[in-house]
Amino acid sequence: MELLLASAIGIMTAAGIYLVLRLRTFPVILGISLLTYAVNVFLFTSGRVAVGAPPVLRDDITVYTDPLPQALVLTAIVISFGMTAVVVMIGLGAFLGSDDDHVDDCPDVPQDPPEGTS
Amino acid sequence: MSLFFIVALPFFGALLPGLMNAAGRSACAGVTFTVTLAAFIGLLTNLPAIIAGDVVMARVDWMPALGLNFTLMLDSLGFFFALLILGIGLLIIAYARQYLSNKDNMGEFFTYLLLFQGAMVGIVLSDNILLLLIFWELTSLSSFLLIGYWKHLPEGRQGARMALTVTGMGGLAMIGGMLILGQIVGSYDLSVILQNRELIQADPLYVPALILILLGCFTKSAQFPFHFWLPHAMAAPTPVSAYLHSATMVKAGIFLMARMWPVLSGTTEWFVIVTSAGLITMVLGAVIALFKHDLKALLAFSTVSHLGLITMLLGTGTAFGAMAAVFHILNHATFKAALFMSAGIIDHEAHTRDIRRLGGLRTLMPVTFMIVSLAALSMAGIPLLNGFLSKEMMLEEANHTVLFNNPWLVPVLATVGSLFSAAYCFRLIAHVFFGPVRDDYPARPHDPGAGLWLPPALLIIPVVVIGVAPFLAEPFVKLVTASVLGNAAEMPSAHLKIWHGLVPALYMSIIAVAGGLFMLAIFRPALRLWENTPRPEAKVIFEGIVEGIARLAQILILPLHNGAFSRYAAVGTITIVAAGYYAWTTGTLGAPTHEMQNADPVLISGWGMLVAATIGMVFLHRNRFLSLILIGIVGLMVSIGFVFLSAPDLAMTQFTVEVVTIILLLLALNFLPNRTPVESTVLRRMRDAGVAIAGGLASFALAYHYMLRDPVASPISEFHLANSYKGGGGTNVVNVILVDFRGFDTFGEIIVLSIAALLIYALTEALLGGPVRERLLNRKPKEPQAGGIHPMMMVVLTRGMMPIVMMVGFYIFLSGHNEPGGGFIAGLIVSIGVVMQYMASGFSWTSSRLKYPYHGVIGAGVLVAGFTGVGSWFVNKPFLTSDFTYVRIPPFEEFELATAALFDVGVFLSVVGAVMLSLESFSRLARRKESRTAMYPMDIDPSRPVQPEKEGV
Repeated sequence: MELLLASAIGIMTAAGIYLVLRLRTFPVILGISLLTYAVNVFLFTSGRVAVGAPPVLRDDITVYTDPLPQALVLTAIVISFGMTAVVVMIGLGAFLGSDDDHVDDCPDVPQDPPEGTS
Repeated sequence: MSLFFIVALPFFGALLPGLMNAAGRSACAGVTFTVTLAAFIGLLTNLPAIIAGDVVMARVDWMPALGLNFTLMLDSLGFFFALLILGIGLLIIAYARQYLSNKDNMGEFFTYLLLFQGAMVGIVLSDNILLLLIFWELTSLSSFLLIGYWKHLPEGRQGARMALTVTGMGGLAMIGGMLILGQIVGSYDLSVILQNRELIQADPLYVPALILILLGCFTKSAQFPFHFWLPHAMAAPTPVSAYLHSATMVKAGIFLMARMWPVLSGTTEWFVIVTSAGLITMVLGAVIALFKHDLKALLAFSTVSHLGLITMLLGTGTAFGAMAAVFHILNHATFKAALFMSAGIIDHEAHTRDIRRLGGLRTLMPVTFMIVSLAALSMAGIPLLNGFLSKEMMLEEANHTVLFNNPWLVPVLATVGSLFSAAYCFRLIAHVFFGPVRDDYPARPHDPGAGLWLPPALLIIPVVVIGVAPFLAEPFVKLVTASVLGNAAEMPSAHLKIWHGLVPALYMSIIAVAGGLFMLAIFRPALRLWENTPRPEAKVIFEGIVEGIARLAQILILPLHNGAFSRYAAVGTITIVAAGYYAWTTGTLGAPTHEMQNADPVLISGWGMLVAATIGMVFLHRNRFLSLILIGIVGLMVSIGFVFLSAPDLAMTQFTVEVVTIILLLLALNFLPNRTPVESTVLRRMRDAGVAIAGGLASFALAYHYMLRDPVASPISEFHLANSYKGGGGTNVVNVILVDFRGFDTFGEIIVLSIAALLIYALTEALLGGPVRERLLNRKPKEPQAGGIHPMMMVVLTRGMMPIVMMVGFYIFLSGHNEPGGGFIAGLIVSIGVVMQYMASGFSWTSSRLKYPYHGVIGAGVLVAGFTGVGSWFVNKPFLTSDFTYVRIPPFEEFELATAALFDVGVFLSVVGAVMLSLESFSRLARRKESRTAMYPMDIDPSRPVQPEKEGV
C-alpha cells in the first residue's frame, strides 16, 4: 500500500512539474493543482497511513491514525482553493488584457543604459 | 524632559506636517517649528545636569537577549550635538518656509526633515550601539529622501542615489565593526564600551573593528576617498544642504569618531589612518573648492575640507587636538550654515549660483553681503572671528604632529590647506559681491525679506561674539571636550584666546592669509592651469563601478532569473532535487521499522484510475476541457483515498473543494482558448520531462522511505488524542484540533482565505474598470448559445434541493465536533448549494435575492472568530481559550455548548463568503452587453439570433 501511495505521489509530482513547465497559463494552473494534490497527500501520509482507524474517539477503540496531519491538510486543501482562484484570476486578467496567455515574459535585458550614465 | 520624548518628538511630529498640508504652508512650517522647539526646550531642561557633569540616562529593555536595548544617554558631547541639530534645525525650518516655492509640497518636505532630525538626535543620544546603528541607517534613508526632494531634477535623483550608496555601504561596514566591538567587550552599551579601552585595543580584532567603523564614519563625513558624494548631494534644496551637509549629517561621522575617541584613539593605526585621511581631505577639498564656480559646490568642497580638518585633529589622538576639534565643530556649524543659507538667498534672488555670472552684488544686496563677508572671513581665519581661533589651534596642533617620521609633512600640508581655504573665501567675497554692477543677472537681485536673511544673521552673532570674546565659549568647549576625552586623557590646560604670542601657528596663519590673497590675484592663470590639468572625475568612476557591478550581477543572475516563469520553476526544481540527492548520498538511511501493508483491491483500482488520469493529463493537456475532466478524476480518487485511509474529514473537504474548483476553472475556460497550441520544441519537451521525472522520482523516494519508518520522536498527536474529549469536549479530534488546539492557526488561515477572495474581487473590479470591460461586454460567445439558458429541469431541481443542501450543511456543521464535519466542510457544502442556484437560475436572479453581500459575510466570519477569541480575555484567559458545558433543555437529550462552536461559525461564514465572492467575481466577468436580465427564472434568451422557423415543424 505504501508503494502505491508513494508512486501516486511521485507520478502526480512529475506530471505537475511537467505541466508547470508549459508555456501557457492554463496547463500551468493544472500543473499547480496536481502539485497541490501531491503535496497534500504527502503531508497526509506523514502521519503514517492506516485503514479503518479514523481519529474520531469511540469508547471501545484504542487505535487511531494521527489526527494532526489531517487537520493541517484540511486547511491546506481549502487554502489551495483560494490560491488556485487567485492564480486563475491573475492568468485570466493577463489574458483579457493582452490577448496572450503565455507565462514567460521576454528575458529581462535592460535596453536603455541606466539613468545617470554619461 | 525625558530623553525618550526628545528623540520621539520629531518622529511623531513627522506625522503632522503632512496632515497640515491642506491648512497652508505657514501652518505646515509652524507645526514643524513647534515640534522642534518643544524638543529643543526639552533638551535645555537637561542643561543643569550637564553643567553639573552628570550623564542623563533613560532605559527601556527592548530585546535584552540580543543586547539590543532602547538605552539613551545624554552627556555633554551628545548635548552639544543635539543642541546643534535642534537649534540649527529651528533656523532651517524658518528659512525653508520662505525658501520653498508654492510649487513644492511643503508637508512632504517637513515630514522628511523631521524624520531626519529625529534620526540625528537618536544617533547622538543613543547609549546602545545597535540602537545607534538603527538611527544611523535612518539618517541615510531620510537624507536620501531629502536630497532627492526635487524629484523632477535628474541631478537630485542621481545625487540622492549616490549619497545613499556611499553612506549606506559605509553603514553596512560599520554594523560589522560595531558587532565586533560589542563581542570584544561583551556589551553593546556605549557606557560600558567606553570603560574598556585596554581590553579593546589589546584584542586582535581591534584593527578590523577600527577599519570597519572608520569606513562608516568616513563615508558619512565625506572623507577621502569617499568625499565625492557630498558635492553631488548639493542638488538638494538649499535648506537641506545647509542642514544636512554643513551642520548635522556629515558631522555624524565626526561625532562617532569623537564618541569612540576614548577607546579607539591613541594607537598607531588610528593615528595613521585618521590623520592622513583628514589631511588629504582637507587639502584636496580646499584646492577643488577654489576652482568651483557653483556657489554651493564651492561650499560643499569647503565643507569636505573642514571636515577633513576636524578628522585630522581627532586623529592626532591628543587631548589638545580633541579640544580643537570640538571648538571647530562649533565654529564650522555656525559660519557654514550661514554661508549655505546665504548661497540659497543669492540663488533665490539672482536666479543663479554661478559665480561667473555674479559680481557687484555688494550694493544690491547689502545685508547678504554683510552676512557672507563675516562668515567667509571667519572661515578664512581672519582674527576677531571664531574661525580664526580654531584654525590657530589646528595649526598649533599640526605643528606638533609627526606623521611618517617627517616633522614637516603635517605643518606644511596644514598651511597649504589653510592657504587654499583662505583663497576660496576671498574669492567668494570678491567675485560675488565686488566688481562692477552687471546688467545681465538672470533676475534683478535685491535683499530678501527678513524671513530669509534673519536665520543666517542669527548664526553670525556667535561667529562674532566667540571671535571677540573666546573666553565665553571656553567653559562649554571644555565641558564637551571632557566627555570626548572620557578617562583616556587629561584635560588640556590651554585656554581659548586670540593672542598666543609670536608662535609658529601665527606665522602659518599669516602665510595662509597672504597666500590666499595672492591666489586670488593670480586666480585667472591658476584657473586656466587647473582646467588644463587632467584629473579623475569621481562621478564617472563611481558610475563606472556601479555599472560594472550591475553587469556582473546580470551575468550571474540572468541565466537563472531572466523573467521567464518556466525557467524559475525548472531551476527551482533542479536545485531542490539536487539538494535532496546530496542529502541522500551523504546521509545514512535507517532500516524500515515496519512492514509494507497489503493493498486492498479497491485501493489498487483507485490508484489505477488516478495514475491513468494523471498520465492522460500530460498527453492530453492541449485539450483543455478534457484535461479538466481528468483533473476532476484525480481529485475524486484522492478523496476516495482519504476515505479509505481513515480521513473522513479530509475526504469531505477534498470532495467539496473539487466541485468548486472545477466550477471555477470552467468559468475561466469560458474566456480562455479551448486548446493549448504546440509551441515548445521536442527537445524542450524532453528536457522538461527530464526535470519532471527527476522531481517525481525524488518525491516518490522520499514519500516511500518516509512511510515505512516510524517518526524519530513521538509525535504530539498523542496529546491531542488524549485531550480532545477531556479538554476540548469533542470526539472528532481533527475538528477539535482545528477549532481548539490550533485555533489560532485556523484563525490565520481563514484570514488568508478571505484575503485571497478579496484579492480576486479587487482584480475583477480593476479589470472591469479598465479597457477590458468594453471587450468583455462585446465579446462574441465561442460556442453557439443554447436556447433555454435556464433549463427548467435544472431550475426546479436545484430549488428543490436548496433546503436539503442547507440542512445537510447545518447537520454537518453541528455534528462536526463529534463526527466528521465542521465549519470548513459545512461552508463548502452551503456554497455549492448557492452556486447551484447561480448556475441554474442565472446570475441576476440569484444576486437579486441575496440579502447580504459576500464581503460582509467574510467580514462577519472573521469578526465572529476574532471576538470568540477576544471573549476569553474577559475571564483572564489567553486569546482563543475555549470552554464548553453540557446543557439539557427538558424534552431533548443533553447536548454540548462550546465556545469552539462559535469559533466554527466564524470559520463557516468566512469560507462561504470567500468561496462565493471568488466564484461571483468570475461570473461577473462573464456578463455580456446583450444578455438582458431575465424577468422570470425560466425563459428563452431574448438576445439569441432568431432561427428562421422551419416549415411544417
